[in-house]
Amino acid sequence: MIQLRAPKLTFWGIAFWAVMALGIVATVVRFTQGLGASTNLSDKFPWGLWIGFDILCGVALAAGGFVVAGSVYIFNLERYRPILRPAILTAFLGYLLVAFALMYDLGRPWNIWHPVIMWNPRSVMFEVGWCVILYTTVLALEFSPMVFEKLNLKRPQTIIKSITIPLVIAGVILSSLHQSSLGSLFLIVPEKVYPLWYSANLPYLFFLTAVAVGPAMVTIESFLSSRAFHREIELPILVRLGRVTVAALGIYFVLKIQDVLSYGLLSYVFTMNIEGILYWAEMLLGVVLPIILLLIPSIRTTKRGLFLASLFVVLGVILNRMNLSITAVDRYSGVGYFPSLMEIAVTMMIVAIGFAAFRLAAKHLPVFPEETHGEAHPPGRHPYEMIPLSSKEVTSN
Amino acid sequence: MMKHGILIDLTLCVGCYACEEADAERWGHPSSDIHELSSTQNTAVVDVDGVYVSKQCMHCNEPTCESVCPVGAFEKTALGPVIYHEQRCMGCRYCMQACPFDVPRYQWDSLNPEVTKCDLCYDRIREGGQPACVEVCPAEARVFGPLDDLIAEAKRRISETPDQYISHIYGVKEAGGTSVLFLAPKDFAELGLRTQLPDHPLPTLTWAILSKIPNYVFWGTTMLAGVWWITNRRKEVMEYEQALERMEQGNPSRRVNNNDHE
Ligand code: SF4
Ligand code: SF4
Ligand code: SF4
Repeated sequence: MIQLRAPKLTFWGIAFWAVMALGIVATVVRFTQGLGASTNLSDKFPWGLWIGFDILCGVALAAGGFVVAGSVYIFNLERYRPILRPAILTAFLGYLLVAFALMYDLGRPWNIWHPVIMWNPRSVMFEVGWCVILYTTVLALEFSPMVFEKLNLKRPQTIIKSITIPLVIAGVILSSLHQSSLGSLFLIVPEKVYPLWYSANLPYLFFLTAVAVGPAMVTIESFLSSRAFHREIELPILVRLGRVTVAALGIYFVLKIQDVLSYGLLSYVFTMNIEGILYWAEMLLGVVLPIILLLIPSIRTTKRGLFLASLFVVLGVILNRMNLSITAVDRYSGVGYFPSLMEIAVTMMIVAIGFAAFRLAAKHLPVFPEETHGEAHPPGRHPYEMIPLSSKEVTSN
Repeated sequence: MMKHGILIDLTLCVGCYACEEADAERWGHPSSDIHELSSTQNTAVVDVDGVYVSKQCMHCNEPTCESVCPVGAFEKTALGPVIYHEQRCMGCRYCMQACPFDVPRYQWDSLNPEVTKCDLCYDRIREGGQPACVEVCPAEARVFGPLDDLIAEAKRRISETPDQYISHIYGVKEAGGTSVLFLAPKDFAELGLRTQLPDHPLPTLTWAILSKIPNYVFWGTTMLAGVWWITNRRKEVMEYEQALERMEQGNPSRRVNNNDHE
């Protein structure tokens, strides 16, 4: 609303509205001409960019919410509290956007609620559907205090506070279930998935990458918001959070190696076809490189190093989800799927809405902690706390 | 009720496409010269190097489509056919992604699209009739009947004229067994049929994970609650100790004060 009234003609402003305009055109085509006219999907390739990116990546990138909430409330790692709200906000927006994107992809979006009353407990998708519905509700409740605080409503705040622990536990259980189940979706097509990506461990691999990418997303957001609002999370907290990412990626790497050995994939790994190249890109840039970056203290403890490492983690997970859902089944299908312009336009619009919504929320709701350096972390406690956090802050302090 | 199915003997098919016509007529589809499964064609006869190969839903004994559908839109009937309840479907297309025989098709150009596939003429056979494609076949390449009888018949044909057939009945084991069976003059892989499928029903792969969920939820919740209880207790103890410490730090001064008074 605020942006509508006074659109600033910055580069990003223009880019945003251009993306929105294209997305709206694609939306009109999608809902007046159908999926056939708007997408490159076909009987041979029924799942494309919208499932691969909007759903699989969308859910994974929103994993920060349960990782941080679990750390703070269950494991009582109070030092992560400052990033709790940005993480929950991202997760909440992420799941809303996933639901929004699903309306485009489903052939009959008005039946989206059917799994609520039409049960099929043997279906992975049914389980994912239920978990996502319940978890989005949990996130809405976890997010609500930011709104109540803004509106200065005391009573709802106390109510939410009193049920926080059960909420967070439910959130962690639901998240671990559906994050992994998105991988289980592909368990049932062993002969269709290119061997480099098929594994009986798919659910565990999905879960680990979700745990790795959650903190990475929070880190990136914190840095981006620090440029926009000059409010940010203290570096040491993010540096520590990086350990979660390293641990998860480390186990993931071991499991991937184990897959190569137990399924005898060496010949596939060293075949430099399109799958081989994308596999190497995913493993080297998305897994090995960030692990190395996050293990070297002189890189990990700088803003730039941490940002870069997180960026690679995020890109790596995106590549992984796209590889499994598109690259890995393309050879079998034999169609050479590439998303249509309209599919891309809708996806870009959804990403743009995500950025805009986060920006709006961060601007108007108490998402980032007020700058209270002295209290939580007395300066000098950690050597790297001396690193200037942003040029602005140094001059203003 | 006994499970019924169709036995298709590819050595007998003459490629007259009468079955495709009957299929089109039954579903009210236009007849077409394209011999390929599509949203307007549930049965197709494809010429593969001189052998006419039939394609349609296999009516699996434990259908993958039935197991993956989040809203239970597919139903394996007691009579054998796997049928689709259109009004339940939300169009996620997981059934298409997952079907091991790549059967379900989609009405991509519709604004209210349905998944389409053969239903073994459920309405006809329920009334004691035969599937339309079986009825019209002039070469008797298609036989309808109870599944056990069909398997016995297929075995009989193979043993009576072993040089005409490769000795494999496609559909007895594939993906846990299907209600559509094939006999062929040469290797099924050469005819474009899927031969890499496991002998067990594919839904067992996902069920292996899904069946663990109730346990996971129970133990997971218990464990998280336990961890919370421990960390919370530790926090309380710490706060208590800190409070004690503060009191102790306060006490000496009070004692000093007391001493002063004395
Ligand atoms: S062949 Fe495919 S569509 Fe037909 S019953 Fe089996 S899984 Fe379902
Ligand atoms: S497209 Fe329809 S029938 Fe197929 S799995 Fe999804 S809801 Fe079920
Ligand atoms: S009707 Fe019979 S002979 Fe004719 S194409 Fe079909 S199966 Fe073959």
